[in-house]
Amino acid sequence: MQKEYFKNIDETLISETLPNGLKINIIQKSQFSKSFAMFATNYGGADRRFKLAGKWIDTPAGVAHYLEHKMFDMPEGNALNVLSSRGASPNAFTSSGITAYHFESTSMFDENLRTLLGFVSTPYFTAESVQKEQGIIGQEIRMVEDTPGYVLYYNLLKCLYSLNPVRDTVAGTVESIAEITHETLYHCHKVFYNPSNMTLAVVGNVDPDKVIEAARELLPSEPGEVPERDYGEKETAFPHQNSLSTQMEVSAPQFLFGSKLIPESKGEARLRQMLTGEIALRLLFGSSSPFYTRLYSSGLLNSSFEYELDYTAGTAMIVAGGESRNVDDVMTELNAEIAKIATGGLDKTLFENARKSYFGSQLRIFGSFSALSQTLADGAFADYRPLDAFEEINRIGLADVQSFIAQNISPEKLALSVVSPVER
Amino acid sequence: MNSLTEQIMPNVVLTCLQTAKFKTGCLSINLLTPLNRETASKNALIPMVLVRGTATLPDMAAISARLDSLYGARIKPVVRKKGEIQVIGLYADFADDAFIPEERNILEHITELMGEMLLMPKTRGGLLLKEYVESEREKLLELIRGRINDKRGYSIQRLFELMCSMEDYSTDKLGSETDAESITANELTRHYHDTLAVSPIEVFYCGSSEPSRVKAAVKAALASLTRSDEEPDLGTDIRMNSLEENPRYFEDELQITQGKLAIGFRLGECMDEPNAAAIRVFNSVFGGSVTSKLFMNVREKLSLCYFASSFVDMHKGILAVSSGIEFDKYDDALSEILSQLETVKNGDISEHELSSSKSSIASDYRTIEDSPGALEDFYLNQALIGPACSPSELAALAEDITLEEVVQIAKGVECDAIYFLRGAKEEDS
Repeated sequence: MQKEYFKNIDETLISETLPNGLKINIIQKSQFSKSFAMFATNYGGADRRFKLAGKWIDTPAGVAHYLEHKMFDMPEGNALNVLSSRGASPNAFTSSGITAYHFESTSMFDENLRTLLGFVSTPYFTAESVQKEQGIIGQEIRMVEDTPGYVLYYNLLKCLYSLNPVRDTVAGTVESIAEITHETLYHCHKVFYNPSNMTLAVVGNVDPDKVIEAARELLPSEPGEVPERDYGEKETAFPHQNSLSTQMEVSAPQFLFGSKLIPESKGEARLRQMLTGEIALRLLFGSSSPFYTRLYSSGLLNSSFEYELDYTAGTAMIVAGGESRNVDDVMTELNAEIAKIATGGLDKTLFENARKSYFGSQLRIFGSFSALSQTLADGAFADYRPLDAFEEINRIGLADVQSFIAQNISPEKLALSVVSPVER
Repeated sequence: MNSLTEQIMPNVVLTCLQTAKFKTGCLSINLLTPLNRETASKNALIPMVLVRGTATLPDMAAISARLDSLYGARIKPVVRKKGEIQVIGLYADFADDAFIPEERNILEHITELMGEMLLMPKTRGGLLLKEYVESEREKLLELIRGRINDKRGYSIQRLFELMCSMEDYSTDKLGSETDAESITANELTRHYHDTLAVSPIEVFYCGSSEPSRVKAAVKAALASLTRSDEEPDLGTDIRMNSLEENPRYFEDELQITQGKLAIGFRLGECMDEPNAAAIRVFNSVFGGSVTSKLFMNVREKLSLCYFASSFVDMHKGILAVSSGIEFDKYDDALSEILSQLETVKNGDISEHELSSSKSSIASDYRTIEDSPGALEDFYLNQALIGPACSPSELAALAEDITLEEVVQIAKGVECDAIYFLRGAKEEDS
């Protein structure tokens, strides 16, 4: 068990890698009533083609998410029910890159953790129970089809990538999930839910020894094979297509633009790239940026405008968007802003402020145990320590940010997704 | 946690929670105003305009740069609907001094800036800057029109609008498009001065600073506030029964792929002397949790939906159910939801269902003390409707709720209105 104290934020990170390969990260918060645990596998919606024991295997879209729904079934009942009956709030999510199971509770943490580790590592499916879930997931897919944010996001991914399976929605389609059987689920569980491909993150009023002990006791002791995945041929640095538009029942045009980065996949390089990107986006699109304040004042943008740096399933991209009565004008202004930075550089004071502001706003993550746990899990999968960010941020220079923007955010690299109101 | 509630100026109450457990603190200044159609949009617009510029920081760029230099502090305009009270104000969250080696007075700087926004906004010729009023009026209109983008939220809002059409509660917290459209800088300036003079003010702080330090900062920031003797008529009219004998039915059509069903109920008799913990446990048993009747039956047993859940508005005494379903499953879903309420009324609740709900509500109350934002909302609610006890006391109360109490609450519940957002029929071309 390793313990490291981070003086600047007054936090101690406890970490351990078990012989079976499971990485455990714990942050103790003894003044809080609640505790949070997240048990995650490095397996998401984009992991559809993988190599196991030398053989390539293809699976339908939506398996990772379907598994997430069915994992809660246990021979002795439903885990959601067992955890809830103790007052815990359990839930799970699947992204393109990971599937995570988590709960928050204010009592019986050790029992709850044992339940979490138990049900996630023990598949129990029947043909009937798998069949029955199709109705529920079908409605989840329908809900997503009516949600402008999802449609915008996936249309942007379809513009950016030509083959990578991140283009497809995590939940799959009503047709693709019809192909999923209990055998598919057993198989994918066996492949991806082995401790070598998983991580456990815990934040709260907990005893670290007990956490590690429970994982040691309840999970398989042998490491497993971490399967190689195939996300299709390497993509170019440029979008597959420049834009995609669709109509939905929305009040005004919604838009999302983005570009692909060449991701630093692991370690300190990844952390540095993330931090550089965060500062770059803050300078370009943050609430004090010339671009945002100018377009907000002129009425082209409103407070729905947001931006993020997104790493998932071996990809990385910047995305930003919101609502605008005139998306073309927003894009024209954006291109002008990028050109201006390319020639005139960035303002030194704004840069210093952006670093300060990033530091302070990152402190907010300690108020959300779920966000903090997820950050720890992301760090475990990509071999970096998220808490290093608070020190590392001081080593990011203006020149780093400048070259990040020049490399990654140029007009020819950007793609645009728009959802406009239905024309009557 | 060290707490203090004190009237620091006429009709200005400060609540301070001192704790070192968070890395960020929060401070909010809230004006309590009556919710009604005539003033809702104007009220909503006030804080939006106030954060655009002050006497010393005249525009967004200046304010944002100042906030960035205060380590990413945020000050957001806030509008909340608490029953028939519309709460407008400013909410700030900021890094705690302890983690910023070179800055020891973030609290004072933030409080000063909030006071300036509230009392010394950017004006010209005595009027709120026309440019800001018109710009924010457009943003407000975009927000009002944008409610349709979230179909679930929209269906619930439409339900309340139609179900409570004779009550002030039907007014949305942002008001309506028609009322917002006509607001002028002149009119808003007058309304701003009136509202500021008469509205009771609730100030809330949670963070590591001593209450005396917070009090000094807030008093200094609000020193120029003038108060009138008038007081607005604040309160929520609670209707006990459904309007008609049978539930009223309303629907809208949109080009969507999933229908959204929203059902509204009056909580009824239990609102005479509401026991918040018991009402929350009842809601959890019926539809507020994953062990609830609705989740276990409408979703898990019948696979009719991905979500079917209920929530209560304690201010107004309303229970509502929301679910996303196939258009042709309307009858099945509605009858199952209503029959699950009957099973609760009949006391057909297992020991497991009851104890799960009690633990889950107790846990919900306890986690309030783990979040500055949740504490802020909790104490604001408490200032408006009570009860005068801490979240952990309520947690203990929740653990003692009996089956009889839950059944008694359920028996008073009456279905008042049903709303269905359905798909548009294919138009002939």
